Amino acid sequence: MNEFLHMGGYARFVWPSYALTLAIVVLNIIWARRSLARARADARRRLLRSGANP
Amino acid sequence: MAWTWFHRLASPPHVYALATRLTPWFAWPAAALILAGLYAGLVLAPPDYQQGDGFRIIYVHAPSAWMSLMVYVTMATAAAVGLIWRMKIAHAAAASCAPIGASFTVAALVTGSLWGRPMWGTYWEWDPRLTSELILLFLYLGYMALRSAIDDVQRADRASALLAVVGVVNVPIIHYSVLWWNSLHQAPSVMKLAKPEMPAAMLIPLLMMLAGFTFFFVALLLVRLRGEILRRERSASWIREALTG
Amino acid sequence: MSTSALQAARLILARDLRLALRKRGQFVQPLAFFAIVTTLFPLSISPELARLREISSGVLWVAALLASLLALEFLFRDDAHDGTLEQYALSGQSLTWLIFAKTTAHWLLTGVPLAVMAPLAGLSLGVPYAAVLGIIVPIALGTLVLSLIGAIGAALTLGVRRSGVLLTLLTLPLAMPVLIFGAQATDLAIRGASFAAPLYLLSAMAVLGVTLAPLAASAAVRISLE
Repeated sequence: MNEFLHMGGYARFVWPSYALTLAIVVLNIIWARRSLARARADARRRLLRSGANP
Repeated sequence: MAWTWFHRLASPPHVYALATRLTPWFAWPAAALILAGLYAGLVLAPPDYQQGDGFRIIYVHAPSAWMSLMVYVTMATAAAVGLIWRMKIAHAAAASCAPIGASFTVAALVTGSLWGRPMWGTYWEWDPRLTSELILLFLYLGYMALRSAIDDVQRADRASALLAVVGVVNVPIIHYSVLWWNSLHQAPSVMKLAKPEMPAAMLIPLLMMLAGFTFFFVALLLVRLRGEILRRERSASWIREALTG
Repeated sequence: MSTSALQAARLILARDLRLALRKRGQFVQPLAFFAIVTTLFPLSISPELARLREISSGVLWVAALLASLLALEFLFRDDAHDGTLEQYALSGQSLTWLIFAKTTAHWLLTGVPLAVMAPLAGLSLGVPYAAVLGIIVPIALGTLVLSLIGAIGAALTLGVRRSGVLLTLLTLPLAMPVLIFGAQATDLAIRGASFAAPLYLLSAMAVLGVTLAPLAASAAVRISLE
């Protein structure tokens, strides 16, 4: 296990690379979902406003 | 008859529903492929003859670089479709691509730099491929900056679409210019950021990661596309159903 | 009697040049900027001509690039402001030709003076006399390509507030090949070698730019005027 984490001495390059890429993957998921949620909220608000003024 | 599916693609409610349905079909395979690829790449693949375990960075660097370029081309293609056929959906798709592509360009740059450090001795070497990636990042940032600078959505769509098309034409020119420039001032060590001939045990995880990230991109695109469609749609009827559904 | 596209282009070119003569101050600014920027390098690095000569090609080109970008802001600004640009778009004349004329006028007013001024700055940076042609010709060509590419960005950012930095951000990545080959040509000239190869590539870019850029710029103008 330790050998695995050690990555033949390259640990301090390999693991940050993986960590960063994983972080960007997660960031993209959160970002995309938040963008959709915001768009839905805006659309809902627009509907309510136009619905209130027939 | 063959064109009906194309015309249906121009209908926002249809595309919105389609995107909602299709997302899991890309999200789950993406997760599976990436997790399997990670295991295969980190555990199963043997260490490299020259670079030892350091070469394993390729399993995150190559997919990121692939994403950065593939997403840009997709963005430019969607932009071109939007300009030529005046399809709002195509513009919505292009807008969805930009943040995804830009973030993976950053990933490609950082992982490339980290990979280069043990090989070059420095974190940055003006390696032709990394320099091209850097310029690509600027192209993305310019695209996103132009979009946010123009208030009118339609004009922003069309202006950034033109920019994307002009940019994509330039990408090969930029790449070869940088390659030529770098070859003149030969860097002390040649960096194997390119995919060398690999034994299957090393190649298969790479292909899994590439495929997994591609599926991931499509899933992200579908999610963002729905939001972009909503932003561009004024008519209430189909939206009401879409929001309550 | 209708005007041909070429005639219309010539009229626009003459008009822009005439108007520029009345606003001379505007066109001195990029040149002053160029002079100031090239002065910054000896001040910040070293007065030794030998050291400056090493970097002189890069300094001249970066300064010329930035000065040209500065000048791009007023390519369309006045005409967009007073509605002339809209008239061009509605005139039924080929907007591509009109924009090509405007871009050429712009280049004659900024790029060419920069190309002529650059050798002076180069000499102050230790460049040998023999390299003067290797400065003027590449910079003249390079600024032409830059005006052509920059016209696209300028058209896309019409009416956008504070468009200066945005224009730079949009144009510079596209202009990097020009910088690479142009600076290489000048650098070879400074070392006394033949700079034909990069010059040919620069010319190829100019040909590509002349044929394609005005098309893209006119499409951009139409998008911005909608």
